[in-house]
Amino acid sequence: MCSRFPKEIKILFLLAASACASHKPAAVATVPQITRPAGVLRVCADPNNLPFSNQRGEGFENKIAELLAHDLGERVEYTWWAQRRGFFRNTLKAGMCDVVMGVPAGFEMALTTKPYYRSSYVFLSRKDRHLNLGSLDDPQLRKLRIGVQIIGNDQTNAPPAHALTRRNIIDNVKGFTLYGDYSQPNPPARIVDAVAKGDIDLAIVWGPLAGYFAKQSHVPMQVVPVTPQIDQPFLPFVFDISMGVRRGDQDLRDQLEQVLEQRRADIDRILEDYKVPRVEGGQGV
Amino acid sequence: MLSAPTGASVTTPAEDGQWTMPAKNYASTRFSGLEDINTGNISSLKLAWSFSTGIVRGHEAAPIVANNTMFIVTPYPNIIYALDLTRTGGPVKWKYEPNPQASAQGVACCDVVNRGGVYSDGKLFFNTLDNHTIALDAATGKLLWKTQVGDINMGESMTMAPLVVKDKVLVGNSGGEFGVRGWLTALNTSDGKIAWRAYHTGPDADVLIGPNFHPFYPSDQGKDLGVTSWPADAWKIGGGTSWGWISYDPEQNLIFYGTGNPGPWNADQRPGDNKWTCGIFARDVDTGQARWFYQFSPHDLHDYDAINEQILMDLPVNGQTRKVLVRPERNGYVYVIDRTNGQVLSANPFAYVTTSKGVDLNTGHLIYNEEKKGEVGKTVREICPAAPGAKDWQPSAFSPRTGLMYIPHQNLCQDFEGLEANYITGTPYVGANVRMYAGPGGNRGEFLAWDPVKNEKVWAIRENFPVWSGALVTAGDVVFYGTMDGWFRAVDARNGNVLWQFKCGSGIIGQPISYRGPDGKQYIAILSGVGGWSGAIVAGGLDPRDATAALGFVGAMGDLPDYTARGGMLYVFALP
Repeated sequence: MCSRFPKEIKILFLLAASACASHKPAAVATVPQITRPAGVLRVCADPNNLPFSNQRGEGFENKIAELLAHDLGERVEYTWWAQRRGFFRNTLKAGMCDVVMGVPAGFEMALTTKPYYRSSYVFLSRKDRHLNLGSLDDPQLRKLRIGVQIIGNDQTNAPPAHALTRRNIIDNVKGFTLYGDYSQPNPPARIVDAVAKGDIDLAIVWGPLAGYFAKQSHVPMQVVPVTPQIDQPFLPFVFDISMGVRRGDQDLRDQLEQVLEQRRADIDRILEDYKVPRVEGGQGV
Repeated sequence: MLSAPTGASVTTPAEDGQWTMPAKNYASTRFSGLEDINTGNISSLKLAWSFSTGIVRGHEAAPIVANNTMFIVTPYPNIIYALDLTRTGGPVKWKYEPNPQASAQGVACCDVVNRGGVYSDGKLFFNTLDNHTIALDAATGKLLWKTQVGDINMGESMTMAPLVVKDKVLVGNSGGEFGVRGWLTALNTSDGKIAWRAYHTGPDADVLIGPNFHPFYPSDQGKDLGVTSWPADAWKIGGGTSWGWISYDPEQNLIFYGTGNPGPWNADQRPGDNKWTCGIFARDVDTGQARWFYQFSPHDLHDYDAINEQILMDLPVNGQTRKVLVRPERNGYVYVIDRTNGQVLSANPFAYVTTSKGVDLNTGHLIYNEEKKGEVGKTVREICPAAPGAKDWQPSAFSPRTGLMYIPHQNLCQDFEGLEANYITGTPYVGANVRMYAGPGGNRGEFLAWDPVKNEKVWAIRENFPVWSGALVTAGDVVFYGTMDGWFRAVDARNGNVLWQFKCGSGIIGQPISYRGPDGKQYIAILSGVGGWSGAIVAGGLDPRDATAALGFVGAMGDLPDYTARGGMLYVFALP
């Protein structure tokens, strides 16, 4: 899988992996041994987070899950859980389900498949604003009202928040909690609504969210991948996305990889339907 | 008023053999005046009876005892058991199930603990994880009122024990990491209607700052600091929640309580002091109006929520008796603060601290060590104390007989190193790889006795794991606390010698209490049931190979599953 990575990202995950490897606690893991029920592909998913998934099966991860299950001769069964802190602990790792449809390649909390798409953070703005932004170093960023999503683990946040802070772009930044109001449909999409309404001039958000809701928007939108792809000192804006299974579940991982490979064209078509901005070989498309 | 050997004294009501609030009294001493169980006979202390709660998450609550009934609040789903102490073995008198919202599974994912209920005037009050404050008829378990005070869909939750003062029940919210705006709310005990709410960020009108607000230090004086000490509108999702302990001074009619860290912004994204996070408020309990404020960690860099307990004492300071509150703080210092005006009289480290170099008593400012500031992509080692602080929520006790405070706490440092890919709500990002480990000495926890007059440690017991339980001290000069591997210990209040111990079924993160039963005997009670942030590796079944799980805490707790398993159980002890 590493061969498909741009060089910098490869280095990133090597760093992360080596940092972890040296500090594994000595104790033996008490990971539950889960036997996968026959004929069922058990998927852990957020019931309220388009374009990824929802309870009505309308997300691209729902569609891809159906496709995988079909080829495995199984049917999809969901464990619905808001994808927040504790999601992996309470679902995949608790044995309530067997696969999470999207995780970053090399994700520590799961065994990951080869990546099946690569996307980027994007600049999202109304077309009628003609901002034509592409770079984090565009001087316009000092004046525009910019929305970013705030995640809120300590010393951890989405890359746009860090990149703007490093450029001392602070007072014109409006934070949207990534979590939003869960009683509303697709809570992370409020930042897109804010762009459409003109509450902010620009949002810097993860591509799949922006691509899908830009297409749905009644106001024409512009979606442009962020450059640089890796910001200083070491902040990636491009991520390879894989599927995640429980550690130790190589069998399922291998089966999924096989289907992903065979159905590459169909999966690409689904991603295209949902306007997921994709990046190949380190080049924007 | 009793004057102890150290010169520290407290004003508390006479011992009534009950335990109606987690802190025992408004001064928050967690001191029982019962003396039947003492240093001379404790070696024969025996298990009298036990009770399983049937819940396997972390049990942080203090059992509450009133009118010959014991009330237990479990972690989520927040079941209340009333146990009949007049009958052998404490059978269930009634049970109340609030059925917190399960449809929002995962929305408030992490903290499913509850720190207990409170009894007052025939009613039992408690909070549910899904933000309801509930009053029950303590005799029957009948619902008297139920008020929704927060919204779980916005990331709010509630874990604290309420405090009842006069006709008000005081509650606060959790969820700073979700961008919740923190508050403290007073409800009428009679009907559950909201009497006042004070926010901890935003304009003065929202914070209930008015003409009676007289903070001691200039840095806390000025208009609308809850807005101006943040960039643009950052305060609107600024954290400063309130999920810890409240004390009350009847003489001044003031309550004292702390506020959580500024979140979910990283430090660089929120230049300024970020008022009114990581500090302590004194407020008029009738109106909620603020009297003074002091900020322990302005512009917090290390997740040092300031929600810990404060014990109200009178202390000799430079030849004068001062009305103070004493507070072992998350940032590693025991603060002695004049509770009439918010002046810091002293701040001395009780743990190993590298993140700051002390407190400037002229300005009140914590002197940060810039070298220990974490940044994404930058390796920073030996950040001490780690994010849970030198001491988290686990409350201390004070004995007016010895004049000492008994402080349960942890000894943990952390490193930021490398980066790891992460994913939440459909969004990938990289974050600092946080790793926690034992501080100097190699022990992850400590239970210590502190002289609040001389400002020094008197004795200390090293513990392998963080001491995440509360403390209890009695007139028998015995101090009780529990360990995360399940030992319930009794030690000599004067020298820390271990006098007795009992191995409970699961690790202990609860709060010990003492009461006099209807049979006239003194009892000691504790809930076992490991969990909480520190015990998530067991209660949440986390994988010890994920060193960075539970925000890095799992890295320090990898061996806990070798010592204990989960399961909530009440243990009650007595002399034969």
